[in-house]
Amino acid sequence: MKKILVAMLFAPLMAFASGAALHLDKWPGSVADKPALQNGAKLFVNYCLNCHGASYLRYNKLTEIGLTEQQIKDNLMFTAEKIGEPMRVAARTDEQKKWFGAAPPDLTIIARARGSADGSGADWLYTYLRQFYRDDNRPTGWNNVVFENVGMPHILWELQGQQVMNKDHKLELAVPGKLSPKDYDKAVSDLVGFMVWMGEPMQEQRKSLGWIVLAFLAVLFVFAYKLKKEYWKDIH
Amino acid sequence: MANTNFEKYKSDGSLQGNVLEWVDARFPLTASIKGHLTEYYAPKNFNFWYFFGSLALLVLVIQIVTGIFLVMHYKPDASLNANGVPVAFASVEYIMRDVPWGWMIRYMHSTGASAFFIVVYLHMFRGLMYGSYRQPRELTWLFGVGIFLCLMGEAFFGYLLPWGQMSFWGAQVIVNLFSAIPLIGEPLSIWLRGDFVIGDATLNRFFSFHVIAFPLVIIGLIAAHILALHETGSNNPDGVEIKAKKNEKGIPLDGIPFHPYYTVKDIVGVVVFLMAFSAIMFFAPEGGGYFLETPNFYPADPLKTPPHIAPVWYFTPFYSILRAVVWPIFGIDAKFWGVVAMGASVVIFAFLPWLDRSPVKSIRYRGPIYKTFLTLFVISFFILGYLGTQSPSYWGEKISQLCSLIYFGFFLLMPWYSKVDKYRPAPDRVTG
Repeated sequence: MKKILVAMLFAPLMAFASGAALHLDKWPGSVADKPALQNGAKLFVNYCLNCHGASYLRYNKLTEIGLTEQQIKDNLMFTAEKIGEPMRVAARTDEQKKWFGAAPPDLTIIARARGSADGSGADWLYTYLRQFYRDDNRPTGWNNVVFENVGMPHILWELQGQQVMNKDHKLELAVPGKLSPKDYDKAVSDLVGFMVWMGEPMQEQRKSLGWIVLAFLAVLFVFAYKLKKEYWKDIH
Repeated sequence: MANTNFEKYKSDGSLQGNVLEWVDARFPLTASIKGHLTEYYAPKNFNFWYFFGSLALLVLVIQIVTGIFLVMHYKPDASLNANGVPVAFASVEYIMRDVPWGWMIRYMHSTGASAFFIVVYLHMFRGLMYGSYRQPRELTWLFGVGIFLCLMGEAFFGYLLPWGQMSFWGAQVIVNLFSAIPLIGEPLSIWLRGDFVIGDATLNRFFSFHVIAFPLVIIGLIAAHILALHETGSNNPDGVEIKAKKNEKGIPLDGIPFHPYYTVKDIVGVVVFLMAFSAIMFFAPEGGGYFLETPNFYPADPLKTPPHIAPVWYFTPFYSILRAVVWPIFGIDAKFWGVVAMGASVVIFAFLPWLDRSPVKSIRYRGPIYKTFLTLFVISFFILGYLGTQSPSYWGEKISQLCSLIYFGFFLLMPWYSKVDKYRPAPDRVTG
């Protein structure tokens, strides 16, 4: 009977075992690293927000990653006027659809949407943003290893440089960018960190509250158990 | 109702006493408390498996209370907002970000949906093991099957509301199943959706069903389920009737008052359950992609079919049975027979009281054939559940067909194997 119970509790985990192989690099960052999140926010508004919106996130929410409202207004708000506005994209969705073939998706919760059996959404983004390569057969001149024939051009190319696919189907840096490969990986990691934070800004609060709730329930368990024992001592 | 036989309260002259006497003369307050709690005698040998009834009630309360608060902020509207996102989808993210504690309410509700099915499946399994569906508890069991059916509907309607990709395409797949019915299928599916595709009309009617119609029916059925149970008294792990042996006051020898004994015991169960519930809700609210499926973080897009549409985990065993039927019969599409098989796999639970012919109720006194069939049934249920989360494949199809046969075999062969199986005579009294 106990075995059946254990089997039932763990049944949902069984399905983890499956999934097509898509090799993803593990995202090395952490959502608790505030300087990294701030750097990620800077990269996000400079490179991503031109085409992608983050429309569920308001600018003033960025105070939670350690920025002041003045810093946000001076450095991060290019298209919005009020601090309470959502991080909208400047370009129109229908026009972008004409330019790229598909409207660039809103990125607020992309880090959650990209999770799969192959890895977390953060792993996917971290790998995706580092695996663009030149491909003259594509309208934008760019292709990607994890997202084949992607409509998006390599927007960070001036930082990373230009990669090409060699004969062994490995990526090589053909033209170096402004950043060394190590610094580029760090920049991407920070950017992904910001997107992970943005996907669920309360996630750190959620976990810390979780410990308090579990501690309370553990204490309550002791009292509940003693109460039960006390009442049941005369039942045989 | 049996509990009106309790004597009405006679005041001792105090103010509280006078108030209680006044109420009791007009409403069966003391009688209800006695009949359902303090003088409702439950068998003293309930084990671990008997926690899940009260836990199901707890989850129902969690779902209703959190649901009330979610409805204050959620908008069932499929039109696009200024940012080009469906209003319904954006309103869920609004709850997650801008409503104070909204994220917690929402996670309680989404975790609660899966928790509901976990405790209900365990509750039903308890009934299978100890023969709780047997005479005289057939109506309790039938009301329970009704609750399970409504719960599936409730979960299905609720899953559309976040208006994500899986919400949309899951609803699309399920409603399209009805179009497989000959002649009336196509108009029926349009009538159900209120549109030619899943759209705003569908979202609004599903919202109405989810927050009003089905909760009302479920609460009514739960009341009937408990009233019927309290009429016959509870079964127990030995499957013996405690009412058969009473003392001179008419109290079952093996019975103890539900309150305080089982209320204090159930509080322990509630605390342990809440620890597991909180661990998921605070540390893994997505439940590894099973409680909140990742494609549902994309807003519904009628033009973009996801590569793999899988129902939420609690529907997957039945979904596998649907997919296992691949042969057209009488010239009617295999899909139709799949729907019939899926419907039958749920409804067949209702026939259990009349399929089981064993002289004993509890698995403790049953023979090896029943134990083997029950074990195979549980294993098949898990395998079907697992396969339902996966993309269709050759071996997946073959295995799901075998498991479906075992699943139905458990029920349909029961009149035979429960009769020929060996058994040990059940004792006169519970064994603790």
